[in-house]
Amino acid sequence: MSEKTQTSDCTRRQFFMHVSIALGSIAAVLVGIPIVGSILAPIIKKPEPEWRAVGALESFSVGGGYVKVDYVNTSPLPWAGVTAQSAAWLRRESEDKFIAFSVNCAHLGCPVRWIEGAKLFMCPCHGGVYYEDGSVAAGPPPRGLYQYPVRVNNGQVEILASPIPITTV
Amino acid sequence: MNFLKRAWLWFDDRTGLSGAIGPIAKHAVPPNTATWFYVFGSATLFTFMLQVATGVTLAFIYVPSSGEAYQSLQYITTQTTFGRIVRGMHNWGASAMILLVGIHMIQVYLTAAYKFPREMNWISGVVLLALTVVMGFTGQVVRWDQTAVWSTIVAAEQAGRVPLVGGWLADFILGGDTVGGTTLSRMYAYHVFLIPALLFVFIGFHLYLVIKNGISEFPRAGDPVDPATYREKYEAMVKKKGIPFWPDAAWKDMVFGFIVICTILVIAIVIGPPELGPPPNPSDIHALPVPDWYFVFYFAFLALMPPEIETYLMVFGPLLVGLLLFCLPFISNRGERSPIRRPWAVAIVALTIATISGLWAIGITSPWSPNFDAKPLTAEIIGADSGPLWRGGMNFNDKGCLYCHTVSGHGGQRGPDLTYVGDRLNANELTWRIMNGGLNMPGFGGTLNNQELSDLVEFLSSRKKK
Repeated sequence: MSEKTQTSDCTRRQFFMHVSIALGSIAAVLVGIPIVGSILAPIIKKPEPEWRAVGALESFSVGGGYVKVDYVNTSPLPWAGVTAQSAAWLRRESEDKFIAFSVNCAHLGCPVRWIEGAKLFMCPCHGGVYYEDGSVAAGPPPRGLYQYPVRVNNGQVEILASPIPITTV
Repeated sequence: MNFLKRAWLWFDDRTGLSGAIGPIAKHAVPPNTATWFYVFGSATLFTFMLQVATGVTLAFIYVPSSGEAYQSLQYITTQTTFGRIVRGMHNWGASAMILLVGIHMIQVYLTAAYKFPREMNWISGVVLLALTVVMGFTGQVVRWDQTAVWSTIVAAEQAGRVPLVGGWLADFILGGDTVGGTTLSRMYAYHVFLIPALLFVFIGFHLYLVIKNGISEFPRAGDPVDPATYREKYEAMVKKKGIPFWPDAAWKDMVFGFIVICTILVIAIVIGPPELGPPPNPSDIHALPVPDWYFVFYFAFLALMPPEIETYLMVFGPLLVGLLLFCLPFISNRGERSPIRRPWAVAIVALTIATISGLWAIGITSPWSPNFDAKPLTAEIIGADSGPLWRGGMNFNDKGCLYCHTVSGHGGQRGPDLTYVGDRLNANELTWRIMNGGLNMPGFGGTLNNQELSDLVEFLSSRKKK
């Protein structure tokens, strides 16, 4: 075998090996950046919250219970279909004051129901219960229901369509 | 020599397939492995093959679009030729695979087949278990109905409890900050491309290791594994007493695999696929997302763990279980293999099965959930059709008591049964309890007026054994 091309500490064979591995790694990293970036995009790019009309001001009576209002979520894609729908529990506290809660339980996100007779929100999954002010009444939730901003704009009640609230530590 | 035989000889001469595969198929295995105890690994592989075949078939029709998947599932189930059966096989095949993976793992643990030199067989098996569980979960999500949507949200909320990166993980699972058009496409990509690709790689690796290290002989008490001599002993034993895997041992795998596959087919025909729930509309809150049976024990675990430490249990519990399984062969890779000499191993398996079965049994009834479908109390149960007693009974129906408490068989199981509460508590105690709540009961002081309260107390006081 001719090993005549040997320099001080690198043979011709080692050189080819290193070049091959380096080329493969560089190519993998180069194509990896757009691939990984594309897959991680949803956690990098956030849609702006948007106000969504949920009904005329006069359709909500003062002092009534909570009513469920539906609206389109923050990032409705053309193929989202019914999954673009979002909901909140809304109550008219006074002439110009509204309160809106997320339908997602603060425990693990299941949909809470307003029980008018009991004046409680109840979660079907793991038994979380909330009072009418959204504070925890019973069960595992670590905090009260999440509140959404509400405003009245041109005679329309509007809710700020927000992300699904995720309880973090 | 007929044409077919000549064609085969030509093909084999040019490809060398029989020379490459024959020795592997006919490699010698310990005679005590050719038993019905050794059929569960291969049965898992057969169900995986069924899942690939039925999954690819479903992908011919299924539309992985958040807005249209539901309709395509209805179409598959009700209108396509054999679609109902294929969906049924894919569903029950998943159940069978989870079950068989569990049995396979228990049997390997009980006979300590993970010990030297098969540590990597076990570790690749643990990876396969994790991948199978992820396939089970993503499979329930691509069955894109109401339960799927809420299960995705519950999964995102669990991931959200991971310290520091929880919010990112939740967004990664949802494909954004809410359920919508991006969610299903991503779940579909996991379920049909990413995880299956990993499954193929690790199944190949797992099988390669079974050939490389030889199938583990059935253990005898008093014959411990010693890494210094094990390989030599194993090879000598196989050389002397070994029998060819194909067909002497493999025929039992084929018989059992045949029974498993045919059972799945029969169940798919008779019972069919699971009913699709209501459409995947996140604003439809009349949902009770319960996972498929093999996750019900975990569902119960999430409901029953103490709220103060639930974040730790939710995040570190599964991690710890995974880590323990992963490290098992490093904790002990030598010594006795027979379950007779390893009472702790038997106890751990028994305890695990008992815990999972217990959680499973309680998860099915979910007594911690309010019973929204409870039947209201009747005049007959109340014992009056007018007056305070009657009004109290009606309050019990209308003020939410009924969802959590049972009276004479009507109601929920969250709180104590109040059928005979009048024997336990007097009027004062009842009033105090209703007003202030306690333990897991909300206080109703702000909800009931005096009249309603006194009627309710009168009704409850009358609940006595005759």
